[in-house]
Amino acid sequence: MTIAWDQFTPWSALAGGLLIGLATAMLLLLNGRLAGISGILGGLLRPERGDRAWRLAFLLGLLGAPLAAGLFVPLPAVQVEAGDAMLVAAGLLVGVGTRYGSGCTSGHGVCGISRLSPRSMVATGAFMLAGFATVFLIRHLL
Amino acid sequence: MRMFSALLAGLVFGIGLILSGMTDPAKVLGFLDLAGRWDPSLAFVMGGAVLVGLVAFRVARGRSAALLGGPIQLPGARGIDRRLVLGSLTFGVGWGLAGYCPGPALASLLGGGYKPLLFVLAMLAGMGVYEVQAILAARRAQRPG
Repeated sequence: MTIAWDQFTPWSALAGGLLIGLATAMLLLLNGRLAGISGILGGLLRPERGDRAWRLAFLLGLLGAPLAAGLFVPLPAVQVEAGDAMLVAAGLLVGVGTRYGSGCTSGHGVCGISRLSPRSMVATGAFMLAGFATVFLIRHLL
Repeated sequence: MRMFSALLAGLVFGIGLILSGMTDPAKVLGFLDLAGRWDPSLAFVMGGAVLVGLVAFRVARGRSAALLGGPIQLPGARGIDRRLVLGSLTFGVGWGLAGYCPGPALASLLGGGYKPLLFVLAMLAGMGVYEVQAILAARRAQRPG
């Protein structure tokens, strides 16, 4: 293993992480809800009514983030390496997998670990392992 | 007020994702590429978020209601089962293929070109497939015999 020191951005990563934690704390303590993105989005696809408004409000804020951030700082350049077919396959797997496994990086990775939930620790271990293995396969074996 | 706080939480969450580098799939893949030139930055995102989260969930445990009213709703304790592990593994494969997980993909939609949109539409379709399957499974369970 070699560390990509030229790519390493610990301070902005930490600051962003603290903001993610702050947002999680706000939604939890003010609204009493868990900031798990796949759960919030997936819940909108349910036929049940009644708790849609807060989900829509949260997602609206999330969607508006690049516009709000862009007012103050230039948005960081991003690079999407995956082709169209790969993006579709990835999206389908992420959609099915997060709902079947009841959470994603935010719900299990941030909230679950913060709650010291054994379930979420197992889930986080599983999706990280699968992510490492997939990238290894694509970049180093295929 | 509850809607405003949810909106604000979403906004802060998204700005955190952008600032942290999570909305750049190349950076996410750099973190997942242990055997290549590894970029450990994203471990600091998780570390920072969990640091605040630990405090928040500790405070929440001592309270019965949210500050703006209503109960604090957390998922009940379920065991570690097949669905949890297989679902999470499936998610991880998708994450490793493109470098997008749900939050960063949504926070990349506006002004991000067609690629995050394509991913999000496929993700919604995947979530839809799950919902349809869940409804069918519930119907099967209700049927006598």
